[in-house]
Amino acid sequence: MAIDQGTTSTRCIVFDQNARLVAVAQREHRQYHPRPGWVEQDAVEIWRNVDRIMPQALRQAGITAEQVVALGITNQRETFVVWDRHTGVPVARAIVWEDIRTEELVAELEKKPGIEEVRERCGLPLANYFSAPSLRWQLDNVAGLREKAERGDVLFGTMDTWLIWNLTGGVNGGLHVTDVTNASRTMLMNLGTRQWDPMLLDFFGVPASMLPEIRPSSEIHGRTTRVVPGISITAALGDQHAALFGQTCFEKGSIKGTYGTGGFLLMNTGNELVRSKHGLLTTIGYQIGAEPTYALEGSIAVAGSLVQWFRDNLGLIHSAPEIETLARTVKDNGGCYIVPAFSGLFAPHWLAQARGLVVGLTSYINKGHLARAVLEATGWQTREVVDAMNADLGAPTPVLKVDGGMTADHLLMQFIADVLDIPVVRPLVAETVSLGAAYAAGLASGYWPDLEGLRRNWHLAARWNPAMDAHHRENEYANWKRAVELTFAWARSTPST
Amino acid sequence: MPGPIQSIERAAAVLRLLARGSGHHGLTEIADSLGLARGTAHGILRTLQRVEFVEQDQATGRYRLGAALLHLGTSYLDANELRSRSINWADTLAARSGQEVRIGMHHDAAVLVVHHVFRPDDSVQTLGIGAMLPLHATALGKVLLAYDPDLAAAARRRELTSLTRRTITRTQALERVLTEVRSQGWAGEAEEYMPGEASIAAPIRIPGGLVVGAIGISGAVDRLCDSTGRPRATLVRQVVQAAEAVTTSLVDEN
Repeated sequence: MAIDQGTTSTRCIVFDQNARLVAVAQREHRQYHPRPGWVEQDAVEIWRNVDRIMPQALRQAGITAEQVVALGITNQRETFVVWDRHTGVPVARAIVWEDIRTEELVAELEKKPGIEEVRERCGLPLANYFSAPSLRWQLDNVAGLREKAERGDVLFGTMDTWLIWNLTGGVNGGLHVTDVTNASRTMLMNLGTRQWDPMLLDFFGVPASMLPEIRPSSEIHGRTTRVVPGISITAALGDQHAALFGQTCFEKGSIKGTYGTGGFLLMNTGNELVRSKHGLLTTIGYQIGAEPTYALEGSIAVAGSLVQWFRDNLGLIHSAPEIETLARTVKDNGGCYIVPAFSGLFAPHWLAQARGLVVGLTSYINKGHLARAVLEATGWQTREVVDAMNADLGAPTPVLKVDGGMTADHLLMQFIADVLDIPVVRPLVAETVSLGAAYAAGLASGYWPDLEGLRRNWHLAARWNPAMDAHHRENEYANWKRAVELTFAWARSTPST
Repeated sequence: MPGPIQSIERAAAVLRLLARGSGHHGLTEIADSLGLARGTAHGILRTLQRVEFVEQDQATGRYRLGAALLHLGTSYLDANELRSRSINWADTLAARSGQEVRIGMHHDAAVLVVHHVFRPDDSVQTLGIGAMLPLHATALGKVLLAYDPDLAAAARRRELTSLTRRTITRTQALERVLTEVRSQGWAGEAEEYMPGEASIAAPIRIPGGLVVGAIGISGAVDRLCDSTGRPRATLVRQVVQAAEAVTTSLVDEN
């Protein structure tokens, strides 16, 4: 069984030994936007949703708690909540990874001595979507919170930690633990030691007493005593790490790409902690047993959300999938490129001031060309990230494993294969995030013997082979790069506010 | 002969009202203009909205004619939309049946493959999205013919090409098969398209019952059919269930 605590909803999924989906129960939770740029969620509402969907999934599967071999938890990363250890009540709403309230704080911290050292230790560039800046903001802005934290009266947790603490008893002896992948997204963990780093805690002003114990991703954490008592919790992983695991990217150099609102590419770098020279993040892929498997990550901020923008803000299509129909009304992009730097450019450029643009407009361009440019933007951004990954690892990856809602876009998947010049493959089970959590949990409890056993469950559902002429590909890539450069120029020429 | 159905007459009146003048009316205006109770008018508008004949402006709450009315005769459902909505169910069908799955829609007197899931045995296979299949010789095609009288009439006027020695080439024989498809709710075919291959398919419908496509499996004839040459009941059930699941997902999200 897997619980996938995502950004918009929480799901409980039951898989059988062949990794086939047996039952799915899901509940959405509210998003709060109290001020522009603020994004919050109610951790109690999320916990209540878990309380409803776990029994629901069991009913749907027609099984009892005793028949559940193990429970794995996967979650939206970086989102966290601070709660009172004596009452279990959160001191404030959870701050979500999309929240940008810390923009000013981040700019200040950027100037603080030791910032180079911070990146070296945690593997991440300072940015507002990681937990530490937001936690610092909360400690500074919630009355009395810092004192409570120093006295050890409150606990910090990413969503995995919050759910495990509650499931294992809450105020009555709940376990306060997290896994290395979630801890690696806080900016507070040292990538080498995989422990909270005193220098990082000091830099962000976070008291160690509020932090959970860091555990491997796949390990017997404890048993549930609430909701459905008696189930072993044997895994926790951040959602993108779970997808890497669910896609069985176990070999060094294998890459998975999850295409939803954004695009998330992770490359397994094996036991080697690779520090990117090309703008990628270094993170823990997963940890089974004593040694961690490291990963490089490149995120595309705007992928599916560009299609949504095309639908909602331009109104040129009725539903997101129609973008493909519209794109197929023309044979190419007509020389038009869209760089969707809506809130800056992420990997590998990391330019927060960049803003989006459409270039190459002529009187010939129609909405079909724009639709193509929208889809191609995701393809080229993938190419940039995969190029950076290959350069950091020193070897080209042979194949890209994809999942997520946008894999239904046939034109996009073919385009990604074309621009990467490697096959793009989709597995039969689309729920790779939940499956990864279930795999990690089942591995710890002995339900699946080893990684090889898991790999045998991976079945090919579709494969797109590259078919683009090399000359054409490199010309188009050069055009895309020029378009990206123009966003830098625009950023430089925009007066700062 | 049954009398006229009042709710359809009222729905027609709502559409006529929206088609003239400003074209934007609130619920109260519509109810008052037609002398209907507000609850009745609301029910009619909600239903018309569901079939996309009417749209509601999110900001003002006013109603207007839906875009679907403008291209009533062309396409009911975007092919890429259908793939996107059905992808999980097609995967499930492939996992359960162990066979490859295709979703087809009618295009240009043939079956256009809009979605394809590989047979989950990790053998080398080629993605067949965009391929065209013959209507009369595949299970997908028979489903599309069975539920589209115009398409079936057009097929009767053309010569039915023989692809194997089992392909149905006589219109009368095809007619009989299509009647059978309609009565049992699914179509099967053994070695009519390719020697050694068989296929099973069932209809995908939109609200109201209109068939917009078909989903089916194909594979070795000895895997899909029993010793008498009939499609295996368990596989038929799985295909029909997948088609119903896709149909439900189209209803839910409209």
